[in-house]
Amino acid sequence: MQTMISARGVSKKYRLGGTELGYAVLRERIVEVIRGALRREKKPDTQEFWALDGVSFDVGEAEVVGLIGKNGAGKSTLLKIISRITEPEDGEIHLYGKVASLLEVGIGFHPELTGRENIFLNGAILGMTRAEIRRKFDAIVDFAEIPRFLDTPVKRYSSGMYVRLAFAVAAHLEPDILLVDEVLAVGDAQFQQKCLGKMRDIRAQGRTVIVVSHNMSTVANLCQRVIWLEDGKVKATGPAHEIVTRYLSQGLQNDFVWTPRHPVVSAFQYHAVSVVRGDTGEPSEGIAADVPIDVVFDFEIHGSFPPGRLELRLTDDLGEHLFTSTSADGLSNPNHEWRLGRQTLTCHIPAKLLMPGRYFISVTEPRGDYYQPRENVLSFNVTEQNSVAARDDRGGKIAPLLSWS
Amino acid sequence: MHRVIKRRTGLASIDLPELWEYRELLGFLAWRDVAVRYKQTVIGVLWAVVRPFLTMVVFTVLFGKLAKLPSNGVPYAVLTFTAMLPWQFFSTAFSDAAGSIIGNGHMISKIYFPRLILPLSSIMVGLADFGVAVVFLFAIMAGYHFVPPARAVYAPLFFLLCLVFTIGLGLWFGALHVKYRDVRHLIPFLVQIGFYVSPVAYSSTLVPVKWRALYSLNPMAAVIDGFRWSLLGTDTLYVPGLIASSAVSVVLLASGLYYFKQTERVFADLI
Repeated sequence: MQTMISARGVSKKYRLGGTELGYAVLRERIVEVIRGALRREKKPDTQEFWALDGVSFDVGEAEVVGLIGKNGAGKSTLLKIISRITEPEDGEIHLYGKVASLLEVGIGFHPELTGRENIFLNGAILGMTRAEIRRKFDAIVDFAEIPRFLDTPVKRYSSGMYVRLAFAVAAHLEPDILLVDEVLAVGDAQFQQKCLGKMRDIRAQGRTVIVVSHNMSTVANLCQRVIWLEDGKVKATGPAHEIVTRYLSQGLQNDFVWTPRHPVVSAFQYHAVSVVRGDTGEPSEGIAADVPIDVVFDFEIHGSFPPGRLELRLTDDLGEHLFTSTSADGLSNPNHEWRLGRQTLTCHIPAKLLMPGRYFISVTEPRGDYYQPRENVLSFNVTEQNSVAARDDRGGKIAPLLSWS
Repeated sequence: MHRVIKRRTGLASIDLPELWEYRELLGFLAWRDVAVRYKQTVIGVLWAVVRPFLTMVVFTVLFGKLAKLPSNGVPYAVLTFTAMLPWQFFSTAFSDAAGSIIGNGHMISKIYFPRLILPLSSIMVGLADFGVAVVFLFAIMAGYHFVPPARAVYAPLFFLLCLVFTIGLGLWFGALHVKYRDVRHLIPFLVQIGFYVSPVAYSSTLVPVKWRALYSLNPMAAVIDGFRWSLLGTDTLYVPGLIASSAVSVVLLASGLYYFKQTERVFADLI
């Protein structure tokens, strides 16, 4: 079998914490220099964090390889290095073929542009030529099932249509090596099946695919081989079913705690965001339907920071957005002032609100002038235990118990 | 096809074949910015003409009629519009290019393409506006029955100078912007200062002789003087200033390219 990707000792380092910010505000840099000159103040120790630490592996022709591991294990960083978005600190990767990466579908989509216009724009961003897009245009429209809305600005699309169109463009790429990050978790169940089918086609065509996913059944079904990353190192690699079983047996499929591993780039820093039982404050494999759920934000404000808010977005396992809540929910303004120092804020999700099922939490990171999304950083299960909705087989997206009189 | 990914060391080189391979993306991004700008506007592309036109009217009334600044026998409207052309190009293309990396930060962190494409596409948008405005200038000239002199054929050379300067400065600030977010606040301020130290609303002959050498270090002064000299036949060309400006611009472009290429590898980590 011919080797398509060969990685040797790939390492990537990020700087963490302290006042050593990833990007600096000019004023702070100047103050720092002056202070240093006046007082010879010692620079605070900078923690270095190896997001990837000597990762080596090979991927052969027509292989579909799953990349699994907890949040922060280095999966996304590895994908970003292979797709040349960021550079490794050390080591090297040999690629034998044309690479296309799908870290997200619909990159560059502009809400004001029509579906037709976005197909061309997105296609070009993904590396297709104009002639190629024109040739595949009908197939893309067909796949996305949106022929009637082709000349409507995509801002008028439903989220489902948007995602279908975005995936459709990506699905018609013809690279030798395809890198996919979690994009399978989009759209309704029917469309997900279609996407999986497309992935199998891609494999059948003899292309090489690397998939990052949290969905172990997808990984087990789709991939022949799995690379399991832990703390930036390859923990195990082998046949998909075998590795997935081992991974699941460690109870690692739930992500209760998110500890960001990217560099701190503003005066705002997350230490951790975690999801716990609201009654005991303990993390739990599955949370009964009649138990409240707390999402605890542990963060630190390092200096003066413009008013803002913490945001939490809850989605179900089909990627459907259920609700968004912010730390300014009870206030008259959309933003609030920050207190200096390390602190926690907790979002209380009441008991008996959610249907039994698996949920994902996305948060945003305030950056002063904008909010950096952090998608699906946590997940948890609501069990059928004590669920009235499950007892009555009610269906629906949520299961609140309302008062009657 | 075989590619090796590893940490780049030493002097970054510009991969021209790759840039060429991505030329369609450059066009698409420029087209996107133009298309989006005029969506849901009533007069659409006409804005490209209306903005410089209104500025010209204001200047003509304010400086030409009220302050009665000298115009060397050329209709004041033509005099200002000729200067507005390169200035408008510089100010919008520079601001857009300087914000292009941060503005497309989402793309940077999700997919690879030569990062130079982003500032260059901002420049392309400026070029499109410039093209529209040039047509409009000729219309105004025709309206005033003004015939440009034969040396108008040199005008493109001055525009080339303007282009080199704009790209150079745009690359510098585009890359600096990723590292220092202060740049966002600095840019409008710089553009405003630049407007006053460039002979847009006045003629550079008003600048005292002893300041002339310093004044000429601003390439836009040479560009605007050059436009007036070639298209209107007024002013004499201040050659030392032109040489200094060309040198400044070339140095800016070369150093800007260098700095951009050196910092682009950490763009995705900083955005």
